Amino acid sequence: MACRLLWASRVASHLRISVAQRGFSSVVLKDLKYADSHEWVKIDGNKATFGITDHAQDHLGDVVYVELPDVGHSVSQGKSFGAVESVKATSDINSPVSGTVVEVNEELTESPGLVNSSPYEQGWIIKVELSDAGEAEKLMDSDKYSKFCEEEDAKH
Amino acid sequence: MSLSRVKDLRLPLMNLVRLKGTPILEQLHLEERLLRTSSDNWCIVNDGTNVPTIVMGMSGKPCQLIEVRPVMEDRIPVIKRFTGGGTVIVDKSTLFVSLICNKDDVPNVQPYPRSVMAWSGSLYGEVFKGVNGFQLRENDYVFGDRKFGGNAQSIIKSRWIHHTSFLWDYDVRNMAYLKLPSRVPQYRLERDHTEFVCRMKDYIERSDFIEKTVKAVGNQFTLKQVNLEDIDSYAKGGYLKTTRLLTMEELEEAMAGTTQNA
Repeated sequence: MACRLLWASRVASHLRISVAQRGFSSVVLKDLKYADSHEWVKIDGNKATFGITDHAQDHLGDVVYVELPDVGHSVSQGKSFGAVESVKATSDINSPVSGTVVEVNEELTESPGLVNSSPYEQGWIIKVELSDAGEAEKLMDSDKYSKFCEEEDAKH
Repeated sequence: MSLSRVKDLRLPLMNLVRLKGTPILEQLHLEERLLRTSSDNWCIVNDGTNVPTIVMGMSGKPCQLIEVRPVMEDRIPVIKRFTGGGTVIVDKSTLFVSLICNKDDVPNVQPYPRSVMAWSGSLYGEVFKGVNGFQLRENDYVFGDRKFGGNAQSIIKSRWIHHTSFLWDYDVRNMAYLKLPSRVPQYRLERDHTEFVCRMKDYIERSDFIEKTVKAVGNQFTLKQVNLEDIDSYAKGGYLKTTRLLTMEELEEAMAGTTQNA
């Protein structure tokens, strides 16, 4: 647990953002937006970077493969654009906002485990050029997402 | 109204499709289509497939998983499926059971691999009650330490599929088409295929297994039999089909890759 807090603090410091401390729960970073399908997005002007959250990677297990879209591919909010494989399952990765893929994280081809070890930093999945910046309003902030995760886990 | 009918009303509905000897590619296409374009729950039982076929998971690389030269010489079809997991060779003796569920209809199961796997282990625990040594071990169904059922899943936004190929019987010569994979469960302990797997026919009658499986599913869902010819009315809209047969060119490339690395 201490290692995870240290990791979270280092990530936050690097990204110049603050961290919500959630005790024994998964890490949620304050200045990101979150989808209810457990993807995070960092918006920077008309560009956005996506990945899956710490909650998602923890529940999925060791990621052994990431299926990435091609650069130039269109992604739509809420729709699948790729997949991760973990344990014996393929799990869709859904786009938190709409846009066009401008970069994919090629590192994940050789090192899919980055999604587990560094979900908000080295484990980023794609970068897109946004088609509708307003869509981010539909996403959750860190507090809402933290509560969402707690409620989901409490149900089971 | 009888008590059993009252009980049925509280259970979510599941459509049951019973197939026999359906080609595995057709079965997988059906499953992928139903997962992506239907909003119903489904149980698909296929009693054997028509010809011996190799089926790899989504990320499978033929040069790493199969003995490409004999596979090509003997013209064994190789499929890449839409779910994760490992490589199997299936034939007319293999039994297939697939469960497609809306996550809200199985509320005690989180839509993540380990939770779905545990739920399936419990369901088949009912099927194999009284059969010594059955358990879900890591991600396989085993008798003792020998695997007889291989599992794989695909999880989308609000639905998931868990499907299993049950090794009713097998031809040792077919096992020789498969390489020892790099990712193996810990309990395998470097055993080769024939030391690692067992034949389900040594433990349960075939028809008994099918009926007990349908009964176990029926304890959690109200089952409604659906014929294959009527599927179109349940599966509407387009989707990206990812399950496919590998081409000869792909297998030739895989063989060239294997030769270069030798």
